[in-house]
Amino acid sequence: MIALSLRSVSKNFGATQIISDLSLDVRAGERHAIIGPNGAGKSTLFNLISGRFQASQGRITLLGQDIAGLKPFQINRRGLSRSFQVTNFYSNLSVFDNLVCGFLWHAGYRYSFWHNMRRLDDVNQRTELVMREIGLAHRRDDEAGTLSYAEQRSLEIGITIAGGADVVMLDEPTAGMSRIETAHFVAMIRKISTGRTLIMVEHDMGVVFELADRISVLVHGQIIATDTPDNIRKNKAVQEAYLGRAVDTEDGDE
Amino acid sequence: MLQLAILSTLNGILYGMLLFLLASGLTLIFSVMGVLNFAHASFYMLGAYLGFQISQLAGFWVALVAAPLLVGGLGAAIERWGLRAVHKRGHGAELLFTFGLAIVIEELVQMVWGKLPVDYRVPAALNFHAFEVLGITYPAFRVFMLLMALGIFLLLFFVLTRSRLGLIIRAALTHPEMVSMLGHDVPKVFMLVFGAGCGLAGLAGVVAGPLLVTQPSMANTLGPILFVVVVFGGLGSVPGAFIASLTIGLVQTFAVSIDYSLGDALAGIGVGRPTDGVLRDIYSVPVAQVGPLIPYLILVLVLIFRPTGLMGARET
Amino acid sequence: MSSEARTEALTSQVSTADTVKRYSVWIATAAILTSLPAILSSGTALTTMSLMGIMIVFSLSYNMLLGQTGLLSFGHAVYYGLGGFFTVHAMNGFGGKALAIPLPLIPFVGGVTGLMFGIIFGSVSTRRAGTSFAMITLGLGELVASASPILPTFFGGEEGISTNRTTLPAFFGLRFGSQLETYYLIAAWCFVCAALMFAFTRTPLGRMSMAVRINPERTEFNGYSAAMVRFFVFCVSSFFAGVAGSLAAVNFELMTVASISARQSGTVLLMTFVGGVEHFIGPILGAILVVFLQSFLSDLTDAWMLYFGLLFVAVVVFAPGGLAGLIMLHAPLVRRSRLHRIIPYYAVMLLPIALGLVGAAGLVGMARILWANNSNATVHFLGVECHAGNPLAWGAAVLLMFAGLWLGRLWASRVSKVFVLLGHEPPKQVGR
Repeated sequence: MIALSLRSVSKNFGATQIISDLSLDVRAGERHAIIGPNGAGKSTLFNLISGRFQASQGRITLLGQDIAGLKPFQINRRGLSRSFQVTNFYSNLSVFDNLVCGFLWHAGYRYSFWHNMRRLDDVNQRTELVMREIGLAHRRDDEAGTLSYAEQRSLEIGITIAGGADVVMLDEPTAGMSRIETAHFVAMIRKISTGRTLIMVEHDMGVVFELADRISVLVHGQIIATDTPDNIRKNKAVQEAYLGRAVDTEDGDE
Repeated sequence: MLQLAILSTLNGILYGMLLFLLASGLTLIFSVMGVLNFAHASFYMLGAYLGFQISQLAGFWVALVAAPLLVGGLGAAIERWGLRAVHKRGHGAELLFTFGLAIVIEELVQMVWGKLPVDYRVPAALNFHAFEVLGITYPAFRVFMLLMALGIFLLLFFVLTRSRLGLIIRAALTHPEMVSMLGHDVPKVFMLVFGAGCGLAGLAGVVAGPLLVTQPSMANTLGPILFVVVVFGGLGSVPGAFIASLTIGLVQTFAVSIDYSLGDALAGIGVGRPTDGVLRDIYSVPVAQVGPLIPYLILVLVLIFRPTGLMGARET
Repeated sequence: MSSEARTEALTSQVSTADTVKRYSVWIATAAILTSLPAILSSGTALTTMSLMGIMIVFSLSYNMLLGQTGLLSFGHAVYYGLGGFFTVHAMNGFGGKALAIPLPLIPFVGGVTGLMFGIIFGSVSTRRAGTSFAMITLGLGELVASASPILPTFFGGEEGISTNRTTLPAFFGLRFGSQLETYYLIAAWCFVCAALMFAFTRTPLGRMSMAVRINPERTEFNGYSAAMVRFFVFCVSSFFAGVAGSLAAVNFELMTVASISARQSGTVLLMTFVGGVEHFIGPILGAILVVFLQSFLSDLTDAWMLYFGLLFVAVVVFAPGGLAGLIMLHAPLVRRSRLHRIIPYYAVMLLPIALGLVGAAGLVGMARILWANNSNATVHFLGVECHAGNPLAWGAAVLLMFAGLWLGRLWASRVSKVFVLLGHEPPKQVGR
């Protein structure tokens, strides 16, 4: 089954073409990584799918539903959730409150002004669970702005998965992390993405090759290859894009 | 009838040019600094009062030069020591600051000059009739105002399009962050723009004072209309402000002179008139009384349907 | 609103003792409200307290927009005023017979009116936030205010619309003719509204309104339409503003166009901001302070509005958290039981403040007399007669003011150092 499908999607800002005629299929339940050199258009692609930008052309289908042209909150309600490369949460609220905000809509409380937050047992319990999953239980009541960088990135992921989305998009989740933090993160991402479809933009090849079931390579707004990690490694076009030339022997991780 | 039309057109253009003098400063300040200067009409009022006071001491022509300079200097000082402190806390805080400033200025003016209108008269040198059209005479002072406003417009046009400062300002109109990243002394530009904007408002006050009544409420009557003009014309657009000023000036002036009401119009086609209650009010109100509503209707409609205004490059 | 830093049980079972503790503030408030008239029983006091009650509801409703959701409105008086006008007309029976609703239920009329107009105007105002929203509310406010001369039947023109609250059916024998009875009515409504608005902050909508203020984009990616959240909060806020208008109508038995004016919108903004937008109690403090100052200062001097304006600007620049913010700054000291140690420093601070105020007030007083073209008049100041045109008097006033400012600045930096020390040093290390 296909969780997310893009067909001939293009995006231009004025005269500048960022994405041109892009087609991609992400299978349900797989971990799909999107890699590519800087400026290839990875963040723009994410913004197109999640509704932050409108596609100039093409079709985007999520779980069988057409989502091109919908607003971000409409796409989120249909089961797609994303994290941001630059941490994007509620800096004045505590870790716990941040996560609760991620849960409220999907738990069905919507615009209710007759429920008391303290008595929402289901939301509070699920929040505690997610908090433990992302390893921030000990920082429960601390203001999000006071967390360390890695903790903030963990919270970012927490808010993203809180609503229980079927398709989770992570935008460079391990950017700026140390080796140890990255390893820890990879384990967390693997755990939280079980039973979900994961789409990940990443620069760290170690992470990509460890987690991904399939990799798509994005260069100059077009996907030049989509395949298993091993095949991508051997793909000449990919090597040229990254290194400027094809390699005869295997190069391994960057 | 034609007489009325001509008179209204002339007056409408005059009013529009007055609005433009004010709106150009306001839109410059808003576009370059992101600050909606709630106190802009208060500086206009200050200009009128200072113009009056100085012309009592040294004559109108001295006041014409001195008052705007004083008001502009005051504006620059307020920017340097007041607004700048609040700038880093965001536009909401700046808006609140200028809001408080408007109150303080109005109260100070009331304290110094009292609550009643002051006797600010047209200078004797200009107190004659300039020309005659179809039996109506048109005062020279109004022509002077018109010429002055046109002169300012041309001056602004040349400064903005031909000078280096103008280039920086025009860039900042649409891309303020970029301008600062290019290394220009943005705080100094801010102070200059704010001071110049206030100076323009003061100039408008000096000239409009003898024409419209100089009293403490003049800021509150003109203030909201100014915002309408700026939003209607569009942010980052001085030409837009020009068109919007003239439009609103003409619309308001013409509306005020029309005495027809809805009831009159409907009676013409035979519909009866309700005798009392709210419906009677609506039926019998003359267009003249609806005049004051029109700008605000425009403001609300523009903000709903076309937030960038007529020619704006940015949304509010 | 600061985040809830409390470790709570996951389930909602609480003991009676816990409940009492949690609601102790509310119980105390109810007790105070009930016993106030016994302490302050003069007619003026009762009128002032009634006005405070009305303004508390009004400011709290305003802070739902400003402090909670980050919406700066310049036209909130519209819902207050329209609520009041519909109320007086309802009480007058809309020109027919008087209504058969007892007085205590009348504020619902205002609430429903506010809600109705909140829905109509809110649907166009809340699509955008920020300056755009502020401008639309300004425009709508001016629109309604400009419409008032056109509809004299509804707005009553210069004299407004008057009514009589004793003509309504008796409520358990009460006709609310006296100010005392009216006070209790207002106090009851004020208490209930405040409790409801406080409870609102603890609901999903209340919580998301804060989220929308902090990061509207994130809420969209969490499934919420920021515009809808704003719209719903706007409606609830307009409801309570309408209730406040109703209470005003009941209290004064008169409604004029001043209640929908830009000035009224400005006043509630002033009250709320000076009181403090970041804490629930802020608008309450602001309303009490401003009503108090208005009645107290307006007896002393004509320039009281100037002082308000200056106070407002000072709060914007120096204390954006308002009165409540300043009070809460002391929370770390209270937690460490060190509040008493800062008090001597504050006491000393009174001296430069007094000097500065005396000097400034002297200047203002002399300036006013002078500008009234009475340079021969004398000013009675603190028992000393000063000639208004006397340069010595001016010099003295200027000297006093600057002395106050200079000394105040010196001492203030000392006080803030001690403050930080007391607030953050671990218990054992602060030297004695």
